[in-house]
Amino acid sequence: MKALRNYIDKIKPTFQKGGKLEALHSTFEAFETFLFVPNKVTTVGAHIRDAIDMKRTMSVVVMALMPALLFGMWNVGYQHALSTGAVMTFWEVFLYGFIKVFPIIAVSYIVGLGIEFAFAQSRKHEVNEGFLVTGMLIPLIVPADIPLWMVAIATAFAVVIGKEVFGGTGMNIFNPALLARAFLFFAYPSYMSGDKIWVSGMIKGEGIVDGFSGATPLANAAAHHMDKIPSTWDMFIGTIPGSIGETSTLAILIGALFLIITGIGSWKIMLSTVLGGLSIGFLFNIFAVNPFMEIPAWHHLIMGGFAFGAVFMATDPVSGAQTEKGKWIYGFLIGFFAVLVRVLNPAYPEGMMLSILLMNAFAPLIDHYIIEASIRRRHKRAAIAANNR
Amino acid sequence: MFSNFNTKSMPGVIRIKRGLNIPLKGEAEKVFSRVPQAETYAVKPTDFAGLTPKLMVAEGDKVKAGSPLFVDKYRPEVQFTSPVSGEVISIIRGERRKILEVVVKPTEVQEYIEFGKANPKTLKRSDIVERLLLSGSWPLIRQRPYAIVANSTDIPRDIFISGFDTAPLAPDLDFSVKDEKEAFQAGIDALSMLTNGKIYLGLNNDYPASDVFTKAKGVTVNYFTGPHPAGNVGIQIHHTAPINKGEVVWVINPLNVIIIGRLFTMGVYDTTKIIAVAGSEVLKPRYYITKIGASITEFVANNTTQPTEKLRFISGNVLTGSKISANGHLGMYDNMVTVIPEGDFYEFVGWATPGFTKYSNTRTFFSKLLPDKKYALHTNINGGERAFVITGQYDKVLPMDIYPVHLLKAILAGDIDKMENLGIYEVAEEDFALCEYVCTSKVDVQNIIREGIDLMIKELN
Repeated sequence: MKALRNYIDKIKPTFQKGGKLEALHSTFEAFETFLFVPNKVTTVGAHIRDAIDMKRTMSVVVMALMPALLFGMWNVGYQHALSTGAVMTFWEVFLYGFIKVFPIIAVSYIVGLGIEFAFAQSRKHEVNEGFLVTGMLIPLIVPADIPLWMVAIATAFAVVIGKEVFGGTGMNIFNPALLARAFLFFAYPSYMSGDKIWVSGMIKGEGIVDGFSGATPLANAAAHHMDKIPSTWDMFIGTIPGSIGETSTLAILIGALFLIITGIGSWKIMLSTVLGGLSIGFLFNIFAVNPFMEIPAWHHLIMGGFAFGAVFMATDPVSGAQTEKGKWIYGFLIGFFAVLVRVLNPAYPEGMMLSILLMNAFAPLIDHYIIEASIRRRHKRAAIAANNR
Repeated sequence: MFSNFNTKSMPGVIRIKRGLNIPLKGEAEKVFSRVPQAETYAVKPTDFAGLTPKLMVAEGDKVKAGSPLFVDKYRPEVQFTSPVSGEVISIIRGERRKILEVVVKPTEVQEYIEFGKANPKTLKRSDIVERLLLSGSWPLIRQRPYAIVANSTDIPRDIFISGFDTAPLAPDLDFSVKDEKEAFQAGIDALSMLTNGKIYLGLNNDYPASDVFTKAKGVTVNYFTGPHPAGNVGIQIHHTAPINKGEVVWVINPLNVIIIGRLFTMGVYDTTKIIAVAGSEVLKPRYYITKIGASITEFVANNTTQPTEKLRFISGNVLTGSKISANGHLGMYDNMVTVIPEGDFYEFVGWATPGFTKYSNTRTFFSKLLPDKKYALHTNINGGERAFVITGQYDKVLPMDIYPVHLLKAILAGDIDKMENLGIYEVAEEDFALCEYVCTSKVDVQNIIREGIDLMIKELN
């Protein structure tokens, strides 16, 4: 590693002020600090600092996404095989999915990081690692057959309009990855909804097996085709049509466990989101007037993007509630509205995305009231003290 | 009353739930080591936040213990005096001629300015104030809000003393005060003349405190239990009688109560105190008898594991202390010297290592599986500065009804009203030191808090 370090030190001046490649300073720095934790020591305040940094935090989240990603790749191939009736081995199935999914990931990272590097350079900041997660989330919440140019546009939209216009990482109001999906949903609805887009190859109509429906469980439920909803077990394991990373509740649970054990994801938000979803689900059960309202409340947790949203989207610390009490309210309302939207508005079977974006907008308000309560306690205490004087 | 120390059943024990004890190597062994008198002593204007010093001496002047070296330019009654008799050998200045240190070389035999022995209880309040001001003991008393030297024209609501220090490797104050019963009581008696309220003494409920504390008269004792910062006086105030807008309380460290006590029992400004020399790079971490402002050379020379250029010498603890050289001087308020390794090296993909040897308050390193391990932490910031992203991290180590990130953002925005509403009057840098330690984004939290306090002082006075 000494040789590598020496090499970096040798080329470093080229990228610094006055160097030939000064314009790539941020990019160089991002790669340098990726390879080596800098030698910077404390100069003010605490002399020692925790070993955690943003790179490790974000890489923990990316690791938590791996089960959902790997399962998603396999499931893309598996759904394709089901729809065409092709007989494929495990590795053929996985390879099919890998070839479909990997380019989406590559496009998302290249476009997103490119924009991040440019903004970091113009703002003279270091590159923030947040996009490492966003760039992985975007591929997981789109269908496998999405055209790559759409991924590129949506990613650019998410980074520029979703994040940089607000001042960059830490300042954004909405979760950038969800904004990318919302952008696609409203700009290119024919690629983001319907019964044919969720299974790779169906749009092109590659030799579909008779009777195979590519509809997601949610779409079936919304259309009251209760007999076509897959078994609970299939929905839990994830062998169903859907966005690449959202289908397997099991894989998402493994990721959730990892986030909770490491403490990087807020268990409060995850739990309260589930409670919110369950409570409206039970209410629907009680007042059911159609078959969708009758499905067991907990089925909502394993259908559509509920689990993925609760674990990976709602827990985004920047766009979510920031106070600990606020997190309970924020999560509960996400779950509540997600199921409300998906059951009552058949035009939007995926209520989770809209619900999280809605609560992103309200998170600052929730925090405001929590903090106001603390301020009121302080004023009240001061008033009592003044009276006693 | 040994039942005082039964943690669970004792009513009135204040339990501090949030916080963190950073498990550092190199705790001081409870043994006194004797070293020769320090070569030099210094009083450092930089120890006093917001102070503009006005020099009262020049290089070459002879001084006694208790002679003024400089005064506060805007409050000239507040004098900063020499802890020893000797000759002013240098006045060290920094950028823009800012005075950093006034260094005194001590004489063999110490001469003190005599203030006369007295029983503080028989003196008038104004006489006590004057004696504290003239002797240079006054700056030992600090006020909240703002964590600055107290104002001699104020009458504080209460006075708070924390009888234990929970900072990493901090000295055991019970050990440091054990032979100073008389002086401590005299100090308390003097302080009790300064307030119409109470003198609160915070003690650690986890072990029996020294008689010097438990048998002190004229104090209201509160017992605390919990991790650092439970020993911070600011946290104790917050949990007993919090500061409201318009109120002023004073705070003082027990070792400084003793120094004030001696001003009455002996009639001189005798700053003798017992400090700890600790840290992973100290060969023999122990306690030493010394005075305010002493050069640390005698404590650390031939007592460190590595050559000095690889080490960080800190006057105070690793969270709030100041960086000094191997020949630097002990700060006015510091009761310890810490020596840790510098961290000025690159680490290949350091952020991705399993981390059996790295300490973190998060659960993202395998070291969490080794709960009893102690660490030799270095000064690398372990990452790069980022925007505020992670939430809830500060709250876990700040046991106050305060929203730290929101307060910090209000300070950065310069929003006075918001700062006031969010509790700026109740905080000091030291209370936020752990927030700074745990910060994933490597934000210099303590600095921001001080900026906020400075802004409040500027806007409101």
